[in-house]
Amino acid sequence: MRFVSFIRSDEPNPAGPPPPELFQAVGDLAQEMSVSGSLVDMGGLLPSSAGAIVSLVDGRISAVDGPFAEAKELIGGFAMLDVRSREEAVELARRMLRLHQQHWPGWAGSIELRQVEDADHPHPDLPRT
Amino acid sequence: MTEETTRAAVEAVWRLESTRLVAGLVRIVRDVGLAEDLAQDALVAALDTWPRAGIPDRPAAWLMTIAKRRAVDLYRRHERRDVLYEAIARDRGADVVEPDFAAAVDHVEDDVLRLMFVCCHPSLTAEARTTLTLKLVGGLSSREIARAYLTSEATITQRVVRAKRTLAEAGAALDEPVGAERAARLAAVLGVVYLLFNEGYSATEGSDWTRPDLCAEAVRLGRILTTLVPDEPEVHGLSALMELQSSRLRARVGPDGEPVLLADQDRTRWDHARIRRGLDALDRSAQLTRQPGPYALQAAIAACHARAARPEDTDWAAVADLYERLGRLGGTAVTELNRAVALGMAYGPAAGLTLVDQIAGEPALKGYHLLPSVRGDLLERLGRPDEARAEFERAAELTRNDRERRLLLERAAALSRLPRG
Repeated sequence: MRFVSFIRSDEPNPAGPPPPELFQAVGDLAQEMSVSGSLVDMGGLLPSSAGAIVSLVDGRISAVDGPFAEAKELIGGFAMLDVRSREEAVELARRMLRLHQQHWPGWAGSIELRQVEDADHPHPDLPRT
Repeated sequence: MTEETTRAAVEAVWRLESTRLVAGLVRIVRDVGLAEDLAQDALVAALDTWPRAGIPDRPAAWLMTIAKRRAVDLYRRHERRDVLYEAIARDRGADVVEPDFAAAVDHVEDDVLRLMFVCCHPSLTAEARTTLTLKLVGGLSSREIARAYLTSEATITQRVVRAKRTLAEAGAALDEPVGAERAARLAAVLGVVYLLFNEGYSATEGSDWTRPDLCAEAVRLGRILTTLVPDEPEVHGLSALMELQSSRLRARVGPDGEPVLLADQDRTRWDHARIRRGLDALDRSAQLTRQPGPYALQAAIAACHARAARPEDTDWAAVADLYERLGRLGGTAVTELNRAVALGMAYGPAAGLTLVDQIAGEPALKGYHLLPSVRGDLLERLGRPDEARAEFERAAELTRNDRERRLLLERAAALSRLPRG
């Protein structure tokens, strides 16, 4: 089963920029997860100033460039996981946060895990063909 | 955490760690059976301790430490402590006095690959190799393997016990093979992984068309191999093949579990993340060699399908050409049968039928349901419905898969409903 994970924290981050040791540690974790076959893809995101929000409100579609001043916690990175249980995904997220704890003092944030819909795990509200 | 959720968490950690734990222990104690017993002991200890104490920060190191204590106890009890230390000294250099099991985690890649080589030892039957690979490398329980193979847990347990005994009796070297032996063993590993994948992709027996759990495990093993052996083109070729083939799993099964053929599949339901991974792996393989091997060629064929947004966009001439190259590498009669399908699509059903009729007498195709099935398809397109119907009926008699039989009988029935004239 597949999970997409989003790591969220405040922007700008009160703990300052991520230290190089964190990148090294996350790289090692990614390698480990590749060896165990559970990592499909992983990436960090640029600051929201490089992004945009396109919305449909009151029948009007509009695009607003970042930074996303309204939002508090923003997605800083993502990973696509291919695991055999939700607990496995939780354990991997725990490991990711542990690295943040070790290498980026003062950082606070969360990882949101969302299971990807598929034939074995259909969305209850989606029509099936 | 409730006891139940902790138990689930412990099992999750086990699934993530068991391969590396067993692999590391095999290197240290140099005995597959003992390594697995020690790993299981560590799991039992985790199930006992973690619900009370919480999951440790470094669960892998924790499990390794427990396994180490058990190993030392065991050897001490059997007055074979010296044997253990000797083995460790041989492995890590003579300066080692105390076994440093936690450090063994650093050799992850080598250990896992060595474990795969051991599981595919030449002294084992193909059946034993697949079972042992699923058990030790995949970390699947005997119950899970039994379910995948539609057999009893006792059978699988017996098979594992026998395989371990065979390894011990053969004095199977637990060192990583080198040179030609390494190449041969790697080929065996790839063969086992592909066998597992095929077992899942087109279940040869039973009521299900596919067994996705076996496919998933094979794809995972393929990914592991690409990180362990990144410089071998066929490793990437096999991984590409499995990623691309499995990208269609969802679309291959209809709402009632019936098979949906390639041309009829809803291509929006293909798994595009897998397709991308597959195409990437195929590129890696192509970068490593100009002479693609059988897995890379098959992956290239799968890529032709993956790249076609609609069935009519398929580059069938390229597919036929790839099958021809595959045939030259020592393809089977089945390869030729597939080439006939591609020829039929690229150059018309008559071209396909000519080749089918040439190979129809091949002993390897005797009793193979896809021969009459393909022949029926070509005859139908040539406007020869009576002959086509007979072929579909024949194919239905030959297949051992219930779902496929139903599909073939439906195609036969549809032909008999055609207006005559």
